Amino acid sequence: MPMKAVFQRRLQKLKHIRGVQQPVFSLICMLLGISFTVWFTLLLVFIIVPAIFGVSFGIRRVYMKSLIKLFEWATLRMERGAKEKNQHLYKPYSNGIIAKEPVSLEQEIQEMRRGSAEPEFDMSDIFYFCRRGVESIVDDEVTKRFTAEELESWNLLTRSNYNFHHISTRLTALWGMGVLIRYGFLLPLRVTLAFTGVGLLVVLTSIVGLFPNGRMKNYLSDKVHLMCYRICVRALTAIITYHDSENKPKNGGICVANHTSPIDVIILASDGCYAMVGQVHGGLMGVIQRAMVKACPHIWFERSEVKDRHLVAKRLSDHVADESKLPILIFPEGTCINNTSVMMFKKGSFEIGCTVYPVAIKYDPRFGDAFWNSSKFGMVNYLLHMMSSWAIVCSVWYLPPMSRMEGEDAVQFANRVKAAIARKGGLADLLWDGGLKRGKVKEVFKEEQQKLYSKVLVGSSEDRSRS
Amino acid sequence: KKLNISHSQITRLYSRFHSLDKGENGALSREDFQRIPELAINPLGDRIINAFFPEGEDQVNFRGFMRTLAHFRPVEDNEKNKDLTSGEPLNSRTNKLHFAFQLYDLDRDDKISRDELLQVLRMMVGVNISDEQLGSIADRTIQEADTNGDMCISFSEFTKVLEKVDVEQKMSIRFLH
Repeated sequence: MPMKAVFQRRLQKLKHIRGVQQPVFSLICMLLGISFTVWFTLLLVFIIVPAIFGVSFGIRRVYMKSLIKLFEWATLRMERGAKEKNQHLYKPYSNGIIAKEPVSLEQEIQEMRRGSAEPEFDMSDIFYFCRRGVESIVDDEVTKRFTAEELESWNLLTRSNYNFHHISTRLTALWGMGVLIRYGFLLPLRVTLAFTGVGLLVVLTSIVGLFPNGRMKNYLSDKVHLMCYRICVRALTAIITYHDSENKPKNGGICVANHTSPIDVIILASDGCYAMVGQVHGGLMGVIQRAMVKACPHIWFERSEVKDRHLVAKRLSDHVADESKLPILIFPEGTCINNTSVMMFKKGSFEIGCTVYPVAIKYDPRFGDAFWNSSKFGMVNYLLHMMSSWAIVCSVWYLPPMSRMEGEDAVQFANRVKAAIARKGGLADLLWDGGLKRGKVKEVFKEEQQKLYSKVLVGSSEDRSRS
Repeated sequence: KKLNISHSQITRLYSRFHSLDKGENGALSREDFQRIPELAINPLGDRIINAFFPEGEDQVNFRGFMRTLAHFRPVEDNEKNKDLTSGEPLNSRTNKLHFAFQLYDLDRDDKISRDELLQVLRMMVGVNISDEQLGSIADRTIQEADTNGDMCISFSEFTKVLEKVDVEQKMSIRFLH
């Protein structure tokens, strides 16, 4: 009763002061207030509390299954539309668009000579280099790894559509609804969660940092880290499947994984506790880094220290030698690759001589492409893309631990681990350096090609007598 | 129209052209090509890149890109007997040979001189063969090919030397779809 009286009195007051529009305005305010409360309660119950305890309602998986059905329907409609107009849909093929024969230089040139006794120069030798060169212009193995993977069926996002003229009105309506849902509902939800997650991380790790060192502190630090990363995982609507959890990394080891985006860290750290390695940043990242290191020892390097390979190796070995410290998480590719291949692993982390726990991460690009093309998009732009996609779906495989074998050097060990990760994740195993994203290829590779050809030309016997 | 490429292949090549064009100005420069690692380590990489750029120009647009790539279309059987009034297609045996000839002919004067041959040989072998050996290889090659005694290889002499080689197969790139 008193509420109603108060409300009516207020209504009359407002009417006097500002005219008749006011009651509508205050009604809207009340509705907003109620919806906010409901919103936050739902958020708490369905997302934050499960995150704290590490359980899941399974809502995300249902969401994922319905999305798959939707995408398949959309592709069928587009194909039907294309057939009516008697055209073909553009279908991207990430396995290559031209037929490349895996014939080596020697094989091909000998073939051309047709077994003549003297391997002399022939004017037709140029054909091999010519064709190989033009093949690489049309389709090469490296440059396509640095742009987002193309999809076989459309996932109702403008950024991955190549068949604009085949979209019917029904599809456009669906796409429009998708935009509304993604930007109007999912994006604000995710941004709220992200802020909550990061905020809690900073605050709680600082609190844990006040405890004295010991088992209690480690226990609390683990729980706090896990909880905050789980909230962040929900902030991206990441649906992750972990395989072979019995191989999870243990203390005193190094965990290596293939790198696709900064989100890899969140994905791995929400299932286990790791010590992070990285450069000290300023701004928000710096605040987070400083807070995290209060709760448990992470390895942050100053910019100047990064260049000093010995210093880096020493700090990593010291950390690994201490059994009470968490396993280190490292991405040996050194840069983000688009998740269709694994590129050269830098040998630094493989020289330390401890157990290596390889992890393979494979994203399903249909729901949202996690690859960060750092030359095209900045971090904020990237996060916006992430949070306005449908979801991030990925699989994580924990591979059995590996150690360096007798007579194996760091580079061979690194390649062995890389091959295992590529095989498990279904990725192409490349020898090329991820640094080619930005830098030029080394001259020494060209010199190798020239050497090979000279051998064929001059004949191997002469070669031996010269050397 | 001499190009005779399917619609989907054109779309794919355009997508490739676009991804190579870092400056996004609708044309490729030499640096754009050199960014392809597999091309950069090809000993004749620079000569191949050069083949895309007409005399004196620094940019190649999509039309020029396609035109050069059209030389590498496989020769289909039913095309060999095609009516020649529409002009010889770019992927004919003669045109493929001409493309290779131009890789040797550095100054575009329609003759391969001893110097030019030496330079191209040097590109292909790097530092692994001595000057004298390379010189003798070049002399031998010119001797075998040269029929009119001018110590240079003209296009017709080039064609004659390679008449037994399966040029159509060696200089063709097959699309998968």
